[in-house]
Amino acid sequence: MPVIQYREALRAAMREEMERDDRVCLIGEEVGGYNGAYRISEGLMDQFGRMRVLDTPIAEEGFTGMALGAAMVGLRPIVEYMTWNFSLVAYDMIINHVAKARYMSNAQFGAPMVLRGPQGGGQQLTAQHSQCVESWYMHCPGLYVVSAATPADAKGLLKSAIRNDNPVIFLEHLGLYNMKGEVPDGPDLLVPIGVADIKRPGQDVTLLTYSKMLYPALEAAKALEADEISVEVIDLRSLRPLDLDTILKSVAKTHRAVVVTEDWQPSGMARELSGLIYQHGFDDLDAPVEEVCGAPVPMPYARNLEQLAIPDVEAIKSAVHRTLARPGELAPLYR
Amino acid sequence: MPRRGAAALKEAPASGGASDEAPFSNDQLVDVYRKVLAARRFEERAAQAYTQAKIGGYCHLYIGQEASGAGFLSSIRLGWDYAITAYRDHVAPLFMGTPAGPLMAELYGKATGVSGGKGGSMHMYDAPRGFMGGWGIVGGQIPIAIGLAYASKYRNEDRVTLCFIGDGAAPIGAFHESLNLAGILDLPIVFIIENNAYAMGTALKYTNSRTDLHMYGEAYGMDHRAVDGMDLFAVRRCAVDVIEKARQGRPQLVESITYRFRGHSMADAGQYRTKEEVQEWRDRDPLEWLEGYLKEHGILTEDQIGHINDEVRHEMKEAVDFAENSPAPEAGALYENVYA
Repeated sequence: MPVIQYREALRAAMREEMERDDRVCLIGEEVGGYNGAYRISEGLMDQFGRMRVLDTPIAEEGFTGMALGAAMVGLRPIVEYMTWNFSLVAYDMIINHVAKARYMSNAQFGAPMVLRGPQGGGQQLTAQHSQCVESWYMHCPGLYVVSAATPADAKGLLKSAIRNDNPVIFLEHLGLYNMKGEVPDGPDLLVPIGVADIKRPGQDVTLLTYSKMLYPALEAAKALEADEISVEVIDLRSLRPLDLDTILKSVAKTHRAVVVTEDWQPSGMARELSGLIYQHGFDDLDAPVEEVCGAPVPMPYARNLEQLAIPDVEAIKSAVHRTLARPGELAPLYR
Repeated sequence: MPRRGAAALKEAPASGGASDEAPFSNDQLVDVYRKVLAARRFEERAAQAYTQAKIGGYCHLYIGQEASGAGFLSSIRLGWDYAITAYRDHVAPLFMGTPAGPLMAELYGKATGVSGGKGGSMHMYDAPRGFMGGWGIVGGQIPIAIGLAYASKYRNEDRVTLCFIGDGAAPIGAFHESLNLAGILDLPIVFIIENNAYAMGTALKYTNSRTDLHMYGEAYGMDHRAVDGMDLFAVRRCAVDVIEKARQGRPQLVESITYRFRGHSMADAGQYRTKEEVQEWRDRDPLEWLEGYLKEHGILTEDQIGHINDEVRHEMKEAVDFAENSPAPEAGALYENVYA
């Protein structure tokens, strides 16, 4: 199986879907002549021309709305935000228009479009360029929210998103673009939206995560083997719709759950997941659900502070230990 | 009469080769008259139903501005070109051929409404006829409009998009972003700012750095002009001209200077305007003017006009009956069409 970068996997997905379907176009900042701010769209403008790979001004509300108009009358635009932070400039267009077009028109038209780009911290980009946006978009009916952690999932999920008839918020992580992984060759790789993936099976604790946090989670799970703790790591991949079955089955087996997100905690994805587990899996739980989240601060610049703001392997290990703490044992302090 | 925007009109080029000749055939004129009359009567019935609390929410009426909408929407290819507007959206679909019944039923929140009762007054749609909606956030429809035009250009189709904008949307970022994008991409679109002098209750001079709004087109290298939006013939001449230019890929900006006779919405008594000001504009009522023209030029007799009025009155009564007798949406519709 070929080993390619995460960014190459995204590019392959877009290229294959554009070759398959001439309604698919790419709209965004620097996607054309510059070949993509993060080189995701490299070569696509040369192949498909300026109308299909459209360089836009730095005007997110305008080009997001433009993509919606085009989607309403039959195109299938992919919108690339240079980073998801900038999508907040288009938040009205996404929440008030894209998400509601189908419902308000009683399905006279829909908004088959993919909104994608990188998010997340770890590169000293500071407070306005490091946010995780999933909870803000998760909240709104009419949108799907997905996030791939591996190159293979990136390709398969993006292809599914492009073929989906709904608006899909497709979250990438800045820190994953260089990551390499095996990706099945050929145009048939589709990862269905709404299906989680057990990236590592285990017996004692269920660890729920997605995107870049998968990697410290897997590392923590490996380290915990030494303590004879078997951790099942579930990569959610799709946040809305959510694969609650897989989550609850796992919790029914392990009786313990830890949620790891880079997202902030209040009203966030971790709270959503633990709430669902309490609501639907309460009788299966032997311990409170632990949440390991990004520190509730705007992302600082200094490298050491930034590292402290993002969940790390030690924090995850501590949380797993806490779920296993027996009465009489003192749970380790967490932050 | 003192007219707001008169200076802008004087500076603007003549509306597409004005002549004494009516820019409609007699048949077209009768058809436009019928539609303007229907629009007026439809909204009067809507206002009545609103005061009876039979319809809820907001209700923004277009009464007074009909010459503007009629002039433009009688000049496109129905079923081919697109039109999109903001929340003052009852009349555009009527001009585009949507039957009054499903529009009235939408106001009543009925299952038979154009949006299945989920859109209400501000979110009317008739996609098969090219009416791409009523959008409720000021300025929100403008980027969507350029997307419709982008799709036309993408597919090499000679469709034109008409994007209706209120003067209150001119200061909004999306307006400027969209004009810029339309200019960059040479999109087949006509932006029509219907300048009715007030953004809700605040006069134009308090909300806009300049009040000759079509001049914003200058900044984006776009053809721009003002037209007397109370003058059906002037609007029609302008519309035919700008639509043709837009079809050739030259985006156009028109400021149609008009006036709403009633408040911003049914909840607005319009007390920020003087009686004299409102009366001055009511004296130019496009419906009365058109009726006078038809009679004066022997196109319709008094009797024929009476007959058309009877027909329209009957049609609106049927629309109201249809709305009142239609079922509310089934409970199951609550979750329908959130997702495909």
